Amino acid sequence: MKRSIGAVAVLAVTGMALTACGQSSSDADTIELTITQNAIAGGKNAAAADHIANWVIPKFEAAQKAKGKTVKVKFVPSGVDDEQYKTKLSLDLKSKKGADVIDIDGIWAGEFAEAGYIKPLSEVAGAETDSWEGWSQIPEAVQGLATYNGKKYALPIGTDGRVLYFNKTLFQKAGLPADWQPKSWQEIIDAGNKLKTAGVPTPIQINAGTAMGEATSMQGVLPLLAGAGGEIYKDGKWTGAAQPLKDALGLYQQIYGGSGLGDPKLQQEAKGRDKSFAEFADGKIGILMEGDYFWRGVVNPTDGVAKMADRDQVVGFAMIPAIQPGKGIRGQDFVSMSGGALRTVNPNSKHPKEAFELAAFTLSPEALKEETKQNVRITPRTDVNKEILTGDPLLMFISEKVLPLTAYRPPLAVYPQVSAALQEATAQVVSGKAPDQAAADYQAKLEGLVGGAGNVAS
Amino acid sequence: MARATSRPRARYSADAAGLGAPRAAAFIAPAMALIAVFLVFPALWVIYLGLTNYRLTGAAAAEPQFVGLDNFVKAVADGGFWNSAWLTVQFVLGSAVIGQVVLGFTIAWLLRDRQGPLKRVVEGLVILAWILPGAVVSFLWIALLDRDGGTLNALLGIPGFPWLLDHPMLSIIIFNTWRGTAFSMMLYGAALGNVPPSHLESARLAGASGWQQLRDVVFPHIRGHILTNLLLISLWTFNDFTPFLLTAGGPDHKSEVLAVHVYNVALRGGELGFGAAVSTIILLINLVVAVFYLRLLRRRS
Repeated sequence: MKRSIGAVAVLAVTGMALTACGQSSSDADTIELTITQNAIAGGKNAAAADHIANWVIPKFEAAQKAKGKTVKVKFVPSGVDDEQYKTKLSLDLKSKKGADVIDIDGIWAGEFAEAGYIKPLSEVAGAETDSWEGWSQIPEAVQGLATYNGKKYALPIGTDGRVLYFNKTLFQKAGLPADWQPKSWQEIIDAGNKLKTAGVPTPIQINAGTAMGEATSMQGVLPLLAGAGGEIYKDGKWTGAAQPLKDALGLYQQIYGGSGLGDPKLQQEAKGRDKSFAEFADGKIGILMEGDYFWRGVVNPTDGVAKMADRDQVVGFAMIPAIQPGKGIRGQDFVSMSGGALRTVNPNSKHPKEAFELAAFTLSPEALKEETKQNVRITPRTDVNKEILTGDPLLMFISEKVLPLTAYRPPLAVYPQVSAALQEATAQVVSGKAPDQAAADYQAKLEGLVGGAGNVAS
Repeated sequence: MARATSRPRARYSADAAGLGAPRAAAFIAPAMALIAVFLVFPALWVIYLGLTNYRLTGAAAAEPQFVGLDNFVKAVADGGFWNSAWLTVQFVLGSAVIGQVVLGFTIAWLLRDRQGPLKRVVEGLVILAWILPGAVVSFLWIALLDRDGGTLNALLGIPGFPWLLDHPMLSIIIFNTWRGTAFSMMLYGAALGNVPPSHLESARLAGASGWQQLRDVVFPHIRGHILTNLLLISLWTFNDFTPFLLTAGGPDHKSEVLAVHVYNVALRGGELGFGAAVSTIILLINLVVAVFYLRLLRRRS
């Protein structure tokens, strides 16, 4: 009996020791904050991780010290697929844990808010969040990314746009112009055929399938849907197996269904998107539909994941055309989709006010200018964009030509599930199913997700 | 013999002192507590979750509702579940039953009388496959099977052949066989040591062929080992998650065995309630398989 009591005691003591390890050992008046994003030094979004660790944290700590507060900030890195990052965050927030300042994809805001994982900023960190100086510099549409049910849940970190990238060297080989701008889907296919004749291994690659998650929606099926005049959600109804969806899936079939224009295998592999990035950088892909992240974070000559030393000379970009001129959404000739990431304060933070100050500090003009010095991107602030975008041809192109005609995803909690069903439909077409059948399967799944056929328009 | 008689006496004396039951209870209590906390409670919790519409995010994450057997009905009506169930049957039959048992026994049989460095090298190589972590060997195999620059394609001279995409089930069956054969080999190696050499010797003298020796002398002796081996590796394979690392269930669900299916619907899709219901069904299948094998084992012995 004695021995078992001893064993229990050992267990209990070990348990207490382990618990104690998790607690901080510093002074009571030191405020400890953590900040996380899906970024890691030497890996995914390395520049962002370095900026937080090497600039934001020391500057913020110094600024707080000047105000008489001792604040210690720790960066919690992560370098995984966006889907995995989302799962981890959800589990953290569900168990009332996680970093004080958290980056999320704008499209998760609805489902995170409904789950109670994030709360309106004013509720978490006080009414002064509404009077933050930055709001006046952030355009309405960009603020909308961080707004759910009329309340601001986060600070928008930026926005983006989608274009068709093409390899000018390969284009020259195929007798195509360096200032290529297709005006219809047919012109994309025509260019693809010329590239194929010229011996380009993969003429066209458009994201499809389930392996790459939301990338398929944003850089694939949604811009195509918009180009065919369709919206995933319109006037209170979700779009089912309607003509625009069939058209979009039809284009996938034209590219991947045996024509040799696209490589269906690349869309089915677990790391297919990374592979297609590498193949584009190697000059094996002619045309690729991607967001501006591709320019900034993938083929960026200094710190991209698939660096192209001659990016500025070799990589061309064009607006995504509608199926035919004037047939896109709102009667447009060209289309795009935009999203953006958010930075929010964990409702379980012990120091919500300081956490908000930290988040706001990362969006100060100084911080944004410093962050974009090496790797420029479209920031949420108009004042900063005016200064920094001038040097970058692609970002100028996106902010001037693409953002005015872009579209946003519906800020509804069920959207990610609908999006997953849409990815599934493209996966089926890529692996050989007829577009009409894939569209019908999508509609059946959609009805289950959004509460019946009454909420679906076909 | 002496040990066999001393044990009951010890138990008897403890009982006589009136200490037996409480003392035994005290000894097994920590183990029972751990089993309750880490096994029984989670299992019950999963069964309960399967009856709700619990999700990872959204309103159903904040306030899950009791939906009765809806998830179970949905799972059974869902083509995805049956697709996964069928793939799992192929996976277990292919890699556990045919691959590991047959291959493991064959290697053990071929090595049975050998000594010296060859045996040690072969055993060492085979065991290496088993002791390396699944995640590590998965990445090795991904590199091995990669369609461009993969070692296997280079050796076979077929660059660009997409093993994991065109033959995802075959790929994971080969992988799992390679990985698990060591366990069966070691088990059969030990079992063959228990076959009395005199029986084999007399069979040989009576003119029995190699196959007749196996059938009439060896198999009857190691029947229990075979069944135990089958039970263990069938269940391990049935619940194995490593195929996820190789193919993530793709392309287009063509290698989505049940363990991967649960992960995809529950965590990637965020449908924790539905995933829990599918897990419960898998638990029930495990129980049925285990009971079937144990019955077989008892009858044969």
